[in-house]
Amino acid sequence: MAKKPKNKRRDFLQLSTVTLGAVGTAAFIWPFLKSMSPAEDTLAAGSTEVDISAIEEGQSITIKWRGKPVFIKKRTKDEINAAKMVQASDLRDPQDDADRVQKEEWLVLVGVCTHLGCVPLGQKVSDMKGEYDGWYCPCHGSHYDTSGRIRKGPAPKNLDVPPYTFLNDNTIKIG
Amino acid sequence: MDKNRKVHQFKNPVLNWIEFRLPIISYFKKEYGDYPMPKNCNYFWSFGALATITLVTMIVSGIFLAMNYTPHTDMAFDSVERIMRDVNYGWLMRYIHSNGAAFFFIIVYIHIVRAMYFGSYKYPRELNWILGVFIFLLMMATSFLGYTLPWGQMSYWGATVITNLFSAIPFIGEGLKTWLLGDYNVGNATLNRFFALHYVLPFVIFGVVGLHVAAVHVHGSNNPDGIDIKTNNDSVNFFPYMLIKDTVAMCAFGVAISAVIFFGPNLMAEVDNYIPADPLVTPAHIVPNWYLAPFYAILRAVPDKLGGVLLMFGAIVILFVLPWLDRSKVRSCNYRPIYKWFMMGFFVNFFALGYVGMLPAEGLYLLIARVGLLYYFGFFFIITPFVGWIEKPSKLPLSISDVYSKNIAPNIGGGEKGIPSPAMQKDTNL
Repeated sequence: MAKKPKNKRRDFLQLSTVTLGAVGTAAFIWPFLKSMSPAEDTLAAGSTEVDISAIEEGQSITIKWRGKPVFIKKRTKDEINAAKMVQASDLRDPQDDADRVQKEEWLVLVGVCTHLGCVPLGQKVSDMKGEYDGWYCPCHGSHYDTSGRIRKGPAPKNLDVPPYTFLNDNTIKIG
Repeated sequence: MDKNRKVHQFKNPVLNWIEFRLPIISYFKKEYGDYPMPKNCNYFWSFGALATITLVTMIVSGIFLAMNYTPHTDMAFDSVERIMRDVNYGWLMRYIHSNGAAFFFIIVYIHIVRAMYFGSYKYPRELNWILGVFIFLLMMATSFLGYTLPWGQMSYWGATVITNLFSAIPFIGEGLKTWLLGDYNVGNATLNRFFALHYVLPFVIFGVVGLHVAAVHVHGSNNPDGIDIKTNNDSVNFFPYMLIKDTVAMCAFGVAISAVIFFGPNLMAEVDNYIPADPLVTPAHIVPNWYLAPFYAILRAVPDKLGGVLLMFGAIVILFVLPWLDRSKVRSCNYRPIYKWFMMGFFVNFFALGYVGMLPAEGLYLLIARVGLLYYFGFFFIITPFVGWIEKPSKLPLSISDVYSKNIAPNIGGGEKGIPSPAMQKDTNL
């Protein structure tokens, strides 16, 4: 049965009022939600240049980039070989060592465990380095290898590689 | 408006003046004066009042702490140390607040244990239970936010680990985490908003507590025998009987919390939180506050990031549906010979989870956490529905007064499985 024109008009008014109200409310809420996202000055956090000439083979330094620790390691021949020997397909987060470095002796990583954000141990000689001789996260027991790839424990992904470029043989620009 | 409204008359003319305009006096008289409490309620029933008092204490001490606290990453740690050393009685405010949080959880855990053991969550108090679980969730959020504020090592890394839980959500996780933090890692934006939220959430809790209390007053309090009030002989007025009883409980509680505040204020504190936050160094063992440890143990027991996070939140969410998982009409575990032991096992298991949650997740501790995790969810999904079905409850007293006369009906009620006494039957609309 067809509705009376009068009811249709009332329905239309009701629907358009509710719709307009909903859109208006959403438009009002959006600035508040968006204000919680990183601010412009946070986003503008720049890049960092690091002098790597003093780093000996087997040594690793930690620098701060955008508030996070970044590991820069000059790997030994053994460590490079160990990283290359692994079949990528056997890994939880398959990635070849060659895809994670620009020059194979230099490994640059964001030093934040991909599980829950702790800083893994392994930067100091005296640190625990885990079962794969790379890094070991003390919070929940994730083991990373000499390429910073996840090998054992709860972390789902490899340690991130930040964007970086070699300005010359002795300087890396991170970011 | 209703012109025929009957205005309650009091002797005091000032009260009458107010009552005529806003009937708040008769409301308080009804809800906190003449309110009938089952006369068999034991001291477990004082923990709701204790929790309310603690909430008020936390809000008051928190407001005074906020007067001297600076929510900035460069100054937060020092401002807390200044409160401890230079502000008059600042040390007292802070120790009341930090230990008060721990005692708040002790009280609320006992309150929850009471509700579970004596079946307070069952008909007709399900909504009351849901509001209670909601308060518990808000409390956990508030205490986590507050723990970040002193900006020590545990503050910083606790905040990092907990906010990273959100990054486990597929697709939107990383974006959500960044939005929550206001930065790519825990920083000044995070500290600022955590302070703002930590300040406001207790007032939200206070509001929900109001609903929680209003809801329990509709059908009245449960009691250790889990049967309803039938006659005036079964109850006593809240004033003065229960007020005095709660006051006794409050005195005992005051002694306990004072002993900790004055003689062992750091018993429940983590040493690492007296080291200023350092984003480049993670402490060897990150431990949550002990009162969140059982859930942390569940998180770590699962060797998968998303799975661990889901089970940890699931462990709290499951509480919401407990009233519908338990099919038994008998409320009190005192009359449930089988379920009683599983229930006690649940409490022991929860305690064990909390214990291993404070220790490194490896070897035997990890095994205990995994067994504990299985029992935790097994209790809700298998034991609770199944036992309610097969168990034969023992005989319920006919009324609360009969509990004292030991006059338990030989064959009426309770004898058959799942059939409660007439005392319950009448009110539960079977």
